[in-house]
Amino acid sequence: MRSAKQFVTDFGWPRIIIFIFLVLLFVAAPFFRVRIDASISDVLNRFGQNGLFVLAMVPMIQAGCGLNFGLSLGIIAGLIGSTLSVQFGLLGVFGFFGAVGLSVPFAVFFGWLYGLLLNKVKGEEMTIAMYVGFASVMFMCIMWLILPFNGPTMIWGYAGKGLRTTITIEGFYRHFLNDFLAVRIGDSFVFPTGMLLFVGFCAFLMWLFLRTKTGTAMTAVGSNPDYARASGISADKMRTISVIISTVLGAAGIIVYQQSYGFIQLYTAPLAMPFAAVAAILIGGASVNKASMVNVLVGAFLFQGLLTMTPSVINSALQTDISEVVRIIVSNGIIIYALTRKTKVTK
Amino acid sequence: MGQQGPLLSIDHISKEFYGNVVLNDVSFELKAGEILGLVGENGAGKTTLMHILFGMPVIADTGGFKGRICIDGQEVSFSSPFDALDAGIGMVHQEFSLIPGFTTTENIVLNRESMKPSILNDVFGDRMSILDRQDMKKRAEAAIEKLGVKLDPDMLVSEMPVGHKQFTEIAREITRSKTRILVLDEPTAVLAESEAEVLLKALRKLASLGIAIIFISHRLHEVTEVADRVVVLRDGIAIKDTPVAGVSVRDIASWMVGRSVATERVSEGEAREFGPEILSVEHLWVDMPGETVRDVSFSVRKGEILGFGGLAGQGKLGIPNGIMGLFQAGGVVRLHGKDVPLNEPRTALEIGMAFVSEDRRGVGLLLDESLKWNIAFTAMQIQGKYLKTILGGLFRIRDEAEMRKLTEEYIAMLDVKCTSPSQKAKELSGGNQQKICLAKAFAVKPDLLFVSEPTRGIDVGAKKLVLDTIHRYNRDYGTTIVMVSSELEELRSICDRIAIVDEGKIAGILPPTAELPEFGLLMSGLGANGSQEDLSA
Ligand SMILES: Nc1ncnc2c1ncn2[C@@H]1O[C@H](COP(=O)(O)OP(=O)(O)OP(=O)(O)O)[C@@H](O)[C@H]1O
Ligand SMILES: [Mg+2]
Repeated sequence: MRSAKQFVTDFGWPRIIIFIFLVLLFVAAPFFRVRIDASISDVLNRFGQNGLFVLAMVPMIQAGCGLNFGLSLGIIAGLIGSTLSVQFGLLGVFGFFGAVGLSVPFAVFFGWLYGLLLNKVKGEEMTIAMYVGFASVMFMCIMWLILPFNGPTMIWGYAGKGLRTTITIEGFYRHFLNDFLAVRIGDSFVFPTGMLLFVGFCAFLMWLFLRTKTGTAMTAVGSNPDYARASGISADKMRTISVIISTVLGAAGIIVYQQSYGFIQLYTAPLAMPFAAVAAILIGGASVNKASMVNVLVGAFLFQGLLTMTPSVINSALQTDISEVVRIIVSNGIIIYALTRKTKVTK
Repeated sequence: MGQQGPLLSIDHISKEFYGNVVLNDVSFELKAGEILGLVGENGAGKTTLMHILFGMPVIADTGGFKGRICIDGQEVSFSSPFDALDAGIGMVHQEFSLIPGFTTTENIVLNRESMKPSILNDVFGDRMSILDRQDMKKRAEAAIEKLGVKLDPDMLVSEMPVGHKQFTEIAREITRSKTRILVLDEPTAVLAESEAEVLLKALRKLASLGIAIIFISHRLHEVTEVADRVVVLRDGIAIKDTPVAGVSVRDIASWMVGRSVATERVSEGEAREFGPEILSVEHLWVDMPGETVRDVSFSVRKGEILGFGGLAGQGKLGIPNGIMGLFQAGGVVRLHGKDVPLNEPRTALEIGMAFVSEDRRGVGLLLDESLKWNIAFTAMQIQGKYLKTILGGLFRIRDEAEMRKLTEEYIAMLDVKCTSPSQKAKELSGGNQQKICLAKAFAVKPDLLFVSEPTRGIDVGAKKLVLDTIHRYNRDYGTTIVMVSSELEELRSICDRIAIVDEGKIAGILPPTAELPEFGLLMSGLGANGSQEDLSA
């Protein structure tokens, strides 16, 4: 009894309620002729696609920079890497890791600048992060048009220049991770082993990192910058490192997303992604200055689960196609809920 | 006072934190105009009881409490401190709750600002009134006057010395016209003795106006001096409730710990031998708000314990803070004859110095982390201790097992009251948090240790333990110690020399055996400058 109670307090009512709701959706699904196997496959897939974005929230939260609303910056670095990879005609394993490799220097550089900026606006990080995200996306909307890319699959056919809004990566690195060791059962269930392994591996690295000397120092900076300073730690340096790591994860995250989704999405596509990641980690039980791997995994799973299941069940129940509307309502609803739930801890 | 019924009654209160019982069936009553001294060892449950009385959210968040609180015979239940304020309870917390960016005046009249109607009132109502700063200042000055202290009404809280902050808090509570019950949780811990004296006088004045006061302190002589009645808590049980008349400090101390307590001098008076000079400081200045150091020179020999005393705000606290690089400083500091770069906390630690800050919640602790982290952190970051390599040397990560061992060692050594090394620092009582701060510095095993107010908020029994531990480190490891304290007695009990700081300068250095009036003279700024010769005696 005691341990059950302890479990509930540790895990938190919101998560338990959402989890029960999710289970109910799965139970209800067959009655509305929604295929369970396809649904589960879908949830796993989305979990993998978004996992790294949620993971990217962790370092900045731990370092006291708050929620990374400016994750778009990392996503943009990833988009630059992936478009370059396609432009250079890298295929398969070279395509994927080429895209990641090419995006990292950009992500590090952007992250460094972004970190410098955030160090100047302590206490207002999240607001500024939001502006940075929007501004960088808008700036890149112009750049995508004028950068001298010329791969025939990439640019607008009629104009002969300017990148398309969506670029297919079929034949480049589509499903590179998804298909690695994938398990197929029947014709609508695929277990995306490779992608989940990759996400799991990144989460493990993050877990390790938070246990290193630097990771510990970073967490201390987030807990009490004055304590850290008195122990000889430079708070600004730790914060910058956290921003860089977050930005790099954002870059790698979008490439994982693309290989599963099959397309590179440019222009305003990165705009909404940070919000989903923020909502997921908050749903997972993180606060504005504490986050763990459990928060990441649970949050990503619950958020993506709801996002997948609610529209499809409601859709079938009402026999109309309002799935897009429902999806928008559900996702924004959760984001608003999660943002109002963000808890502060003792300063 | 008269024979009327009790103003406040605490009726069979019990409280547990996750199964850890901290208050067990506590009852007592308080009459108008009475001063009740509430004492008990660190972690006995004093602060917790006051949190219950004041409706602090932390109580409800951790499962509420059992029992009743009655005011004027009516049962009350506060769902927040605002209800408690409305019911006429004022509280000065163990930790400050002032707004740093506001001035003294603004903090004192906070939420009860004087308003002047403006033209906008007619249209928008009261919310558009403008602040009547003149009147606010007058009210603040009246409150300060009532306390009988000197405070600058226009000073920002962030720039005040701690003593002033404490008086500001108290002034805030007494300007509320409704306040009938005033709770003070260790208000004198941060004050020098002379300032504490002023505060006690103010309390007596307030009591004569009919305000009932609950006064918590570890300085038991203050309790016997000011209180009418004393309630002793031991492990959450009120084991004694008696009038103060005829009760001695020693009685109270033995009730608190359940055995008799000795209060002799720690060092045995052996002839002490010191090594060569380890630290020399010349013309140090430190820009620490409220504790400015203007021009300080001194030297310390290896193995020595040097004390710094003096009134609050005179700069004694600035000295270690400046040398350790936490505040802007200048001058020449040499450790082992080598220049110490100032304003670089990391270098200061790397070359073998460590510091226990007086600001325990500000820079002393990671409140949201475990005790393990708090104690091992500095040693890990500076000396690479408590790390282990894994995956064939690919990564070096925290060695939780070693950290636990270290923490358990200090928990035993300093008798820290906690549930486990993984408990969060914020869940400890004030005095036990102080012990964690000390453990953190000891864990670095420094050559030179600065300790600032090491026994602040520590109970009589544990005080001896802490001083003994400092003394033992000095003797067993040859650690040189520079100790800053507002308590002269404490300095005299373990220091080899005591420097008194006045107006940012050293007014004089005395041996611990010097007569009390000599110290008093130096503190009051009347000391002859002639004693400067024996600076490096
Ligand atoms: N939020 C909390 N969660 C868990 N335990 C707590 C919490 N707050 C206090 N405690 C525990 O309750 C006990 C009593 O603490 P309290 O702060 O009331 O002591 P105190 O008498 O004020 O001591 P001190 O003289 O050191 O200030 C301590 O053992 C402490 O660890
Ligand atoms: Mg206390």
